[in-house]
Parts: sequence; structure tokens; C-alpha cells
Amino acid sequence: MPMLHTVNKSPFERGVLESCIRLATKGSAVILIEDGVYGATKASTASAMVEEAMKDLDFYVLSSDLKARGVDESRLIDGITVVDYSGFVKLTVDNDKVQSWL
Amino acid sequence: MKFGIQINEGPYTHEASTTALNFVSAAVEAGHEVFRVFFYHDGVNNGTRYTTPPQDDRNIVEAWSELAEKHNIDLVVCVAAAQRRGIVDEGEQERNGKDGNNIAPGFRISGLGQLIEAGIQCDRLVVFGD
Repeated sequence: MPMLHTVNKSPFERGVLESCIRLATKGSAVILIEDGVYGATKASTASAMVEEAMKDLDFYVLSSDLKARGVDESRLIDGITVVDYSGFVKLTVDNDKVQSWL
Repeated sequence: MKFGIQINEGPYTHEASTTALNFVSAAVEAGHEVFRVFFYHDGVNNGTRYTTPPQDDRNIVEAWSELAEKHNIDLVVCVAAAQRRGIVDEGEQERNGKDGNNIAPGFRISGLGQLIEAGIQCDRLVVFGD
């Protein structure tokens, strides 16, 4: 049963992205929203953790929240998919359950 | 598909209510049904019509009322959380002897059972908060 995890906190602010990665099962999807989008940037202290997790989990990031923070898509870790709100909705449909990490 | 939404955060606290508004709009646009939005904890602050943001700021409360009316969405405010935070409808005004009420159009005050029901009835329950 695939599950979608939403993470809305920066990995530099709280440990929820780390908790999510630790507990999400192989084949699950993670969408980074709000301040969570900072977890998608490359060459940060959190990017190695995300890159390692991407072996088992699919990562997505919400485009409008990237734009709101001035994070250009060229700064994202390779392999993370940028989606808009309709893509976010589709992810909640494609996965059986949604777990919000708050 | 049938969606239930839970919001745990006030309209101007951080970003959750705006994210939820955008999510609900996108879900409705994609042809899904949003059965209920349940406002819990500080999320009950989304339900007061006395909210008066500056004219150049988003009026999140009004946006919820308009979206609910347009798409027939049930906006439910948790009664226990509302009592603590002074969100009052006519029934609560009478019951608790208050001198007025402030519930916004389209919102109603009810219990936690409404959240459980949404969890049972809906295909997906998506939580937004801090």
C-alpha cells in the first residue's frame, strides 16, 4: 500500500523530514510543501540524507512554495519532481493514504 | 474521489490554512468532492467573521466562506476548541450566556464525531497544520 507523506517544515528548523525518512516504507512518496521545500535543495547539510532516501522513496516538491521562497528549480537535488497543486492532489489520489508530518 | 480535510492552524499563524485552501480548490477543480473541512485546535480561528485583515492582505476567512458556498463544502469548527478561543454561534451564545456571536458564513460548530465521520466516509483525509 503506497503512502504519501507531506512534510511542511524545513529540515534546519525541525526534525520531521528526518523522522519521515526514517519511518516511511520503501515505495512511498514524500511531498515537500511550505518551509519543507528547503529540504529539496542540493548542497545543504540535509541533502545527503534526502539523496540516500531517494533510493527507496519518491520525492516531490510544490512549485508555488518554491517560488514564494525564491528557490530556483536549478538548485534542487536531481531526481526530485516539481509539481503544482493539481499534481499534489493527484499524489493524494494515487497513494492509498496520506500522512502529514507536522 | 471524496476528500476530508483537517486544519489545525489559524488563518494568519503560518501557512497551513492557505495551503489547504489551494489544495481544496485544486481538488474541486479536478472533479473531486470535498465532503468536509474540520477546523481543530487553533484552526477554529478560521471561523470568525470578525476577522478584518488590511485591504491588501488575503481575507482567508472570507475565502473559506466563498469556496464553501460555491462548492457546497461543510465547514465544521470543533466545539471544545471553539469555546476555549471564543468562537461562538447562536446556539453556543445562548448555551453559554454570551453577549454575541461571531461565526462566519458557511461555518458551523459541532463535535469531534464530525472528524471521525469524515475519516470513515472519505477516501482520503488530508491534514494541514503546524
